[in-house]
Amino acid sequence: MTATPTGAGAARTAGTIAALTLREAARRRVLLSLAALTVVLLALSAWGFSRIGSEFGGLTSGEARLAASTVLNLVMFGLSLIAALGTAFLAGPTLAGETESGIALAVLARPIRRSAVLLGKWLGLVAFGSGFVAVAGLAQLLVVLVTVGYWPPGPATGLALLAAQATVLLTLGVLLSTVVSPMASGVVAVGLFGATWVAGVVGSVGAALDNASLAQVGTVSRMLLPTDGLWRGAMNAFQDPTLLAQLGPEVGQSPFVSASPLTPVYLGWAALWVVLVLGLAGVVFQRRDL
Amino acid sequence: MATGTGTGTGTDAAPAARLLAELPPSPAVWCSGLRKRYGRRTAVDGVSLSVARGEVVGLLGPNGAGKTSVIKMLLGLVRPSAGEVLLLGRAARDPRARARVGYLPELFRYQPWLTAAEVLDLHVRLSGVAVTDADRRGSLALVGLADRAGDRVGGFSKGMQQRLGLAVALVARPELVVLDEPTSALDPLGRADVRDLLLSLKQRRVAVLLNSHLIGEVERVCDRVVVLDRGRVAASGTLAELLGRRELRLRLGGVAAAAERRLAAAGRLTRSGDAFTVELSDDAGDAGSTAVPDLVADLVGLGVRVHAVEPGRITLEERLLDILRAGNGGEQR
Ligand SMILES: Nc1ncnc2c1ncn2[C@@H]1O[C@H](COP(=O)(O)OP(=O)(O)OP(=O)(O)O)[C@@H](O)[C@H]1O
Ligand SMILES: [Mg+2]
Repeated sequence: MTATPTGAGAARTAGTIAALTLREAARRRVLLSLAALTVVLLALSAWGFSRIGSEFGGLTSGEARLAASTVLNLVMFGLSLIAALGTAFLAGPTLAGETESGIALAVLARPIRRSAVLLGKWLGLVAFGSGFVAVAGLAQLLVVLVTVGYWPPGPATGLALLAAQATVLLTLGVLLSTVVSPMASGVVAVGLFGATWVAGVVGSVGAALDNASLAQVGTVSRMLLPTDGLWRGAMNAFQDPTLLAQLGPEVGQSPFVSASPLTPVYLGWAALWVVLVLGLAGVVFQRRDL
Repeated sequence: MATGTGTGTGTDAAPAARLLAELPPSPAVWCSGLRKRYGRRTAVDGVSLSVARGEVVGLLGPNGAGKTSVIKMLLGLVRPSAGEVLLLGRAARDPRARARVGYLPELFRYQPWLTAAEVLDLHVRLSGVAVTDADRRGSLALVGLADRAGDRVGGFSKGMQQRLGLAVALVARPELVVLDEPTSALDPLGRADVRDLLLSLKQRRVAVLLNSHLIGEVERVCDRVVVLDRGRVAASGTLAELLGRRELRLRLGGVAAAAERRLAAAGRLTRSGDAFTVELSDDAGDAGSTAVPDLVADLVGLGVRVHAVEPGRITLEERLLDILRAGNGGEQR
């Protein structure tokens, strides 16, 4: 008999649940609506970029590149929003929905640890979110390459950071779904995501205006929920490096330009944040009465 | 489980193994002092019970008595506020205790985006027990879902979902099956199927803990019954213990003193008018016993006119109502 929940058993449980989560994502409407949203976004951006290409035809290539690189970040933001919405609204139902409906009862009565189930769900969601970001993001970069001939300096880094951003948000979604209802967890996660983005913009305006307390808002919110910080790192990897020099000091004011790449310390914090929040979700889930 | 440490040489390991094998197996379920508080409400208040290997035990009680709460605590789905649980000889805190346990929840729902066969595959994989494809299909056939194996569970009717739940509970060759109202959504045919299923489990020495409001069902299949009322065990015992002895109801005419003495000799006698009730002793109540015909022959010999002889036994339902009413009466004082 191999029903040991320790070590290999827990890994097998997590793997089974991760595969199940992916299958759920594939079979539910989530994937379909995500795909539809993404195709719309890609089509719109293709049209937009081709307009940039023709409008800026008479201008210097530097200006066209600048415009393309800024608009690319704008579109990537839309993409990251879709990824965030998709995974957050998948994370909610998959845990809270299952405990609410009773699906979890039969599953958790099996010889498995709840932490392994939670880890499996998380892994499945991360794979789903990262897969989406990789495919849709790459498609977007190719659209830009074909329409205006721009290729970002760090495409892999940028996409990895976008995937990390989605991971952070869905980890929050997992934690929330262990305590509140499925719908509420999705709404709250996306709300917090939006709030930190706004706080990040406020912070960068503060930085540009040399207002320390305003700048503090962005810094603190970026620590509390690392989505915005990772997003800024991703932008930095997508934008034209000559951009900053051309734009000058007021660069910090734009929410779609990032002045500096991510520090390893911040990346470390984001990773630690994910581990802590997932651990907390595990503790809450373990103690829960079904 | 690879717990054997392979240090013992062949010569002295064999007797030890034999000794271990001869030990009486630990009960399928053992719990002691189980208590659960939800906020300020005490749902379960010091419940102790056990289910021996191969025994079928019925868990009865009114709505809100705490039956489902007890079951969920046994399976580690709800954290007990106090008390201890052993499943198949292992502390229930250890998930491995549930390796050979099948469970049909009261609220039975399965992944609607999976097919019935996929739900079974999932549970087999999670249980860590090797089950052949044929056996998986067999357990679907057992609950009458063989032709729906490839259909999504989301399109199943309520009763079909409960049938699937039964298949899930039985698929991983359990040694203990816990069924929380297994027939609540089933048609009469399905109920009969479940009864047969329970009897076949009993034959295969699979322990069953069954919670049901259908007392006839419980009476027919259970070896023992535990009655819960407001979170406590109000009564428990084998059916014979709970239902008491058999009795004989007679309607007689022309009963003289000698005949009355003969009746009293057969068992405790109560009389009202021409109706007599004799409580038979255990062996006299047995089907093979000649006590009843002997008594009737003697009465006729004593000149008694026998109008009716009716063997009787109170039903579990009557007994249950007695127990619960007595409990409530005591509380209302
Ligand atoms: N999650 C919960 N939160 C709060 N109270 C609960 C919860 N679950 C059960 N209870 C309470 O515990 C008591 C026992 O409930 P339980 O579901 O165990 O009853 P039951 O015997 O299974 O009843 P039924 O025959 O109706 O299924 C009830 O008073 C109920 O209100
Ligand atoms: Mg119940």
